[in-house]
Amino acid sequence: MSVYINKDTKVIVQGITGSTALFHTKQMLEYGTKIVGGVTPKKGGTEVEGVPVFDTVKDAVDSTGASASVIYVPAPFAADAIMEAVDAELDLAICITEHIPVLDMVKVKRYMEGKKTRLVGPNCPGVITPDECKIGIMPGYIHKKGHVGVVSRSGTLTYEAVHQLSEQGFGQSTAVGIGGDPVNGTDFIDVLKAFNEDPDTEAVMMIGEIGGTAEEEAAEWVKQNMTKPVVGFIGGRTAPPGKRMGHAGAIISGGKGTAEEKIKVMNNCGIEVADTPAVMGKTLIGVLKEKGLHDKCKTH
Amino acid sequence: MNIHEYQGKEILRKYGVAVPNGHVAYTVEEAVEAAKHLGTKVSVVKAQIHAGGRGKAGGVKVAKNLDEVRTYADEILGKTLVTHQTGPEGKEVKRLLIEEGCDIKQEYYVGLVLDRATSRVTMMASEEGGTEIEEVAENNPEKIFKEVIDPVVGLTAFQARRLAFNINLPKEYLSKAVKFMLGLYQAFVEKDCSIAEINPLVTTGDGEVIALDAKLNFDDNSLFRQKDISEYRDLDEEDTKEIEASKYDLSYVALDGNIGCMVNGAGLAMSTMDIIKHSGGDPANFLDVGGGATAEKVTEAFKIILSDKNVKGIFVNIFGGIMKCDVIAEGVVEATKQVGLEMPLVVRLEGTNVDLGKKILAESGLNITAAESMADGAEKIVSLVK
Repeated sequence: MSVYINKDTKVIVQGITGSTALFHTKQMLEYGTKIVGGVTPKKGGTEVEGVPVFDTVKDAVDSTGASASVIYVPAPFAADAIMEAVDAELDLAICITEHIPVLDMVKVKRYMEGKKTRLVGPNCPGVITPDECKIGIMPGYIHKKGHVGVVSRSGTLTYEAVHQLSEQGFGQSTAVGIGGDPVNGTDFIDVLKAFNEDPDTEAVMMIGEIGGTAEEEAAEWVKQNMTKPVVGFIGGRTAPPGKRMGHAGAIISGGKGTAEEKIKVMNNCGIEVADTPAVMGKTLIGVLKEKGLHDKCKTH
Repeated sequence: MNIHEYQGKEILRKYGVAVPNGHVAYTVEEAVEAAKHLGTKVSVVKAQIHAGGRGKAGGVKVAKNLDEVRTYADEILGKTLVTHQTGPEGKEVKRLLIEEGCDIKQEYYVGLVLDRATSRVTMMASEEGGTEIEEVAENNPEKIFKEVIDPVVGLTAFQARRLAFNINLPKEYLSKAVKFMLGLYQAFVEKDCSIAEINPLVTTGDGEVIALDAKLNFDDNSLFRQKDISEYRDLDEEDTKEIEASKYDLSYVALDGNIGCMVNGAGLAMSTMDIIKHSGGDPANFLDVGGGATAEKVTEAFKIILSDKNVKGIFVNIFGGIMKCDVIAEGVVEATKQVGLEMPLVVRLEGTNVDLGKKILAESGLNITAAESMADGAEKIVSLVK
């Protein structure tokens, strides 16, 4: 078991003929992901990397039976690509694209109301269930199969956490990058809920950063509902107010969204927060020992 | 992206949002000419900088005649204003807005922001005009009223009316206030604003509802379709290193410390600053070279870090996923060849092609300290800089 994706997930790649998409399609295929098709308007009928290309998402879904899509379409056209995936009634659309105008995403979210598709991202590294399915841009080899769920707003920081866990012998059930934008499809609570219900996940590493109040809301949810231990980290303790730190969503505005506030709320809700990014893995392992889950989660 | 007040008012005027008549002036003579042209009894001389709190810092003066306009323009132009938003170094005033004075009855607040929790644009209004909205939220949260806007239909007239009634705006101003709010929302969505704040919005003796101040910020990700907004960019208001970084698509934020950082990924870049601080040092910058950086981009990033005179040492922290470690290593070697390196450099490489990257650095003959982990790297650079 895992969250959102597994070895049977059939995936199409939107924007497959672009250079970034091609590179990652190759990487995903090598990892073993079932990439069954691609979409690039006007390139329908061709083939890349042995994968058939279609003009529309609907065509691709009808021909391949895909249930998931990964989007590499450039920012000016990405909102449209997401809506096309939603219209084709895919279960899951993962949008890697960075720099999508925020008002485009406001419209996309409105369009998605009442529809079945789950959107992960945008501006995210994707989702990976180790040894089964990798959808996105993360380096596959650092991940090991196991029982720790990882959810994060940041790409490289997720790799850092996963690397620390794998190195110390703790594999992951699924790692989900929810992305660094202020308006996104899937939030911390959605992923925490999924991990809570996943029999293969024993504990969760939740990685947040400055800006917004998603971590605080997630912490309150954890306190009320979560039956599994959650360990956290928040990036940006030293970030100055009013400055956007790379991610569109990473900004302290009007004194709101500071790391201190988030850490305080998380601690109050029973979430232990790693002091530095160097001890994310160590902190989680400490909690696993406390809860008697250490041996169960030690996979290699 | 930020713009000046007078530019914001130019935009709002096009959307039927009432603003006072006014002209921009770069010199004292232009200021006097502008005031003559306005022909009003009273005019206001306003410093144009990208920061709030100008009034308290002496950047806004009411002039009763042309001589006073001259005196105030002379006094404010070239002056460095220090406000709670400029930082202690302040900002030099290079432009003025000369505006007609108006007969203010009452001050209010109206603003539009993105509400992240609902993923919708929200209009906020308060009768506590002239005070910062954060302060009102802290002390009198019951005095802030909000309307969440459906992106399909936009702000509706009934929502605008509800806000006007809630902030106790006298009835005779109602229709003008509604027109004002609808125009403001239209400008916000058509121009891809991230913030539009009118503080204060005022009612006047002659029955008008006017934006006395206007703060408009724009979504950087939308500038590709807002060419006219991009033209409002004032490079004088930005850090020169940040301007240089933006040319190469590098995400850079200048800070006060002395340890330069070069990292891939925004989250890791922020956390690298944090761990330097945790180890007893002070980061000089936030710098994310991005996922697809080339050796050339890395070289430029290095040059920008080195152009900061406070920098006494550099920490390169890379977790190669897509970004390959050998590319970073080549960039670092190339940059040090080009610009020279007379300070400690600690490099931590992990991930894709890590061995190749380490080999390139080792064979370069450069004086580079290798770090085994993020924590190890932070400790090493902090002790080398001390």
